[in-house]
Amino acid sequence: MLTAVIARRSTPTALRALSTWSAVPAGPPDPILGVTEAFKADKDPRKINLGVGAYRDENGKPYVLTSVQKAEELVAASKPDKEYLPITGLAEFTKNAAKLAYGAESAPLKQGAIAVTQSISGTGALRIGGAFIGRHYPKAKVIYLPTPSWGNHTPIFRDSGLEVRGYRYFDKSTVGLDFEGMKADLKAAPEHSIVLLHACAHNPTGIDPTHAQWKEISDLVKEKNLFPFFDMAYQGFATGSISNDAFAVRHFVAEGHQVALAQSFAKNMGLYGERVGAFSLVTADPEEKARVDSQLKIVIRPMYSNPPLHGARIANAILSDAALYAEWETEVKSMADRIISMRETLYNTLTHDLKTPGEWGHIKSQIGMFSFTGLTAPQTKALAEKAHVYMTADGRISMAGLNSKNIEHFATSVDAAVRGNL
Amino acid sequence: MTDRLKQVVNHVSSSNKMSNDLWQNVPLAPPDSIFKLTAAYKADPFENKVNLGVGAYRDDDNKPWVLPVVRKAEQILLNTPSLDHEYLPITGLPEFTAAAAKLILGPDSPAIAGGRVTTVQTISGTGANHLGALFLERFFPWSGNKEIYLSDPTWANHPAIFKNVGIVPRTYPYYDPKTIGLDFDGYMNALKTAPNNSIFLIHACAHNPTGVDPTREQWNEIAAVMLDKGHYGFFDCAYQGFASGNLDNDAWAVREFVKKGVNMLICQSFAKNAGLYGERVGALHVISSSKEAAERVKSQLSVLQRSEISNPPTYGARIVNLILNDAGLFEEWKRDIATMAGRIIDMRKQLYKVLTEELKTPGNWDHIVNQIGMFSFTGITPQQSQALVEKAHVYMTANGRISMTGLNRKNLGYFAESLDKAVRGQL
Repeated sequence: MLTAVIARRSTPTALRALSTWSAVPAGPPDPILGVTEAFKADKDPRKINLGVGAYRDENGKPYVLTSVQKAEELVAASKPDKEYLPITGLAEFTKNAAKLAYGAESAPLKQGAIAVTQSISGTGALRIGGAFIGRHYPKAKVIYLPTPSWGNHTPIFRDSGLEVRGYRYFDKSTVGLDFEGMKADLKAAPEHSIVLLHACAHNPTGIDPTHAQWKEISDLVKEKNLFPFFDMAYQGFATGSISNDAFAVRHFVAEGHQVALAQSFAKNMGLYGERVGAFSLVTADPEEKARVDSQLKIVIRPMYSNPPLHGARIANAILSDAALYAEWETEVKSMADRIISMRETLYNTLTHDLKTPGEWGHIKSQIGMFSFTGLTAPQTKALAEKAHVYMTADGRISMAGLNSKNIEHFATSVDAAVRGNL
Repeated sequence: MTDRLKQVVNHVSSSNKMSNDLWQNVPLAPPDSIFKLTAAYKADPFENKVNLGVGAYRDDDNKPWVLPVVRKAEQILLNTPSLDHEYLPITGLPEFTAAAAKLILGPDSPAIAGGRVTTVQTISGTGANHLGALFLERFFPWSGNKEIYLSDPTWANHPAIFKNVGIVPRTYPYYDPKTIGLDFDGYMNALKTAPNNSIFLIHACAHNPTGVDPTREQWNEIAAVMLDKGHYGFFDCAYQGFASGNLDNDAWAVREFVKKGVNMLICQSFAKNAGLYGERVGALHVISSSKEAAERVKSQLSVLQRSEISNPPTYGARIVNLILNDAGLFEEWKRDIATMAGRIIDMRKQLYKVLTEELKTPGNWDHIVNQIGMFSFTGITPQQSQALVEKAHVYMTANGRISMTGLNRKNLGYFAESLDKAVRGQL
């Protein structure tokens, strides 16, 4: 093919143009989304996908919430148009999203000082935040991420022009929070550094600070004048309670912190692919909010102009209707509960039935969709290749992918991996 | 001043507050100019006001029009019990991206047959432009400065898109106000004198904002120079089907250039031709010289997409996917497109007739019927445009651009009379 084309060409400039992309290196497969690709390619009937954080029901199937189904029908029945949304999205949706996160009684919310924009789910919210900070943050653009954090955080903030550093978070020896290390690192961070905090259900570890610890963190952040950027992708999903899961965000705001918040409705509304999210910034007053709002638009317009309608309409229908909202809250709780019961079952199977070497209490104590198993990269590789059990190389599993039918194969595979018998 | 003083006093006096000076230097950005125009139109109480600033199709009753075939597709989706909201792959819905490539490149495209097309689903046309620009900034084999040549004029958002990723926008002559047509000599000269391997942004059809497109002979000449100079074509196709009413016709330039071997990418939007504006359906197609290169390109586009949006929205892509892959729906879509394009062409003919035969407005108005697509560059001055807005309550942009879709049987007469008065200096 190439020789035929070359034969047709005679000019050097055209030849060079032909191989425009000859120097483009092959990019690596995504560490998280790549797991699903590998899983799809596997033909073994026992295969289990515990990679991506998408909820699965008792039968291992994606779960469309009933409240979402109803909302979708409501939206369709209203025969809405397809006109462009404003740059910052569906106004009613962003108002309701902010209310959900900050609470209706939040002082800056009531004051009209919170700038909110609809975003392409959580990723988009983080990216808008990163870009805004990259452009307007008045101090050194350095962000501290917990170690470990969601894999995509680093490229998002790095591509936004921020320097990415880490603060201690996960304690391997206790499989818990390295609170002293976290505090020490935040204390040592330069004043005005940006600190990324997982609002609840830390991804990937599932380890959250207690309320008391959050209060200490808040005081420390205040003391060092750090800028708190919350990532809340699991509100409602962590403990089953919307308000509980927003404790950290609401406490910080009540303490006077001007936070940044990335919100996702991918998990708690099961709207994953519809890309529903919001980015917000607590500002000093309505006048400042207007300025910030105008600059958020400047960030968004050259990236994608305005956000998609469909998901935001569904989410808004739920958030603005009392009955649908109540139904939704119940469904979120039942998803969280199923995950908690899987944790129980897995813990019991490993500890009592299989007597797998090691301490597995963290499976029960960790919060949210994920569990940091403590498995090593070689062990996860073996699990994929020999047992057809797929998880990310850091040993993170999505508990939502487990159910009564596959939990035995999973537990026995983990047991074999730990014993070196795979 | 008093507001600012109050602010300072609040900051100083409040003991609970922290660094409230975080965002104090964030300047108030001017609102989008089209937004301002729309807001002014909405606020205007004048009964016969006309909005010719809108870049979205309106029916004869000046209402947004959801295509009947879209409503059909939506019903099918609603009634599909197995449909979930799972994440799409990073590069989008595979059936949609394959069909979208076929639509613009043609089902017999040698590039598709050779596996040389990398398609990524994007947040409509803007998203495609942005991703394409980002990809070029990172991976184009730049020899000199990172710059791109944009037509003068071009879509208002183009310069910002490229500046945003670090590519400096330059311009090439395009519109000739004297002829109210294409400055072909200026265009060709720019192509010939630009450094080799420059990047040129080209509107595939229905140029926005002028409505002036090259003829097929002119396209051939443009392609020849681009090949000779090794230029790269950044094609923006937001109006396929909308320009002439025929999808294949409107893709002619893109397909010719691909056939001839011009190095290029294509940004594709389904906002207008499928009326899906706010659902944000689009795609970026990058043409490579080999299948192997296309794979590498895909991997890097995925990395870029992942750190901005992770994966694109499902709903709109599902609608277009149904339409493109079902023969019956596809035919219906073509009819709906013909309806829209037809009404616009009708308005052009009507306006031309009223101006030339009834009102005998001074000047040559051929461009009204010769220009293509949703927009028309009337050729009037900024002062005349301003007078139309302020005195006649006809809302249009200062460059003399009107959106033909804002015209209908009820308001065409009033607009024509107002335009006539503006030209005669009688407003």
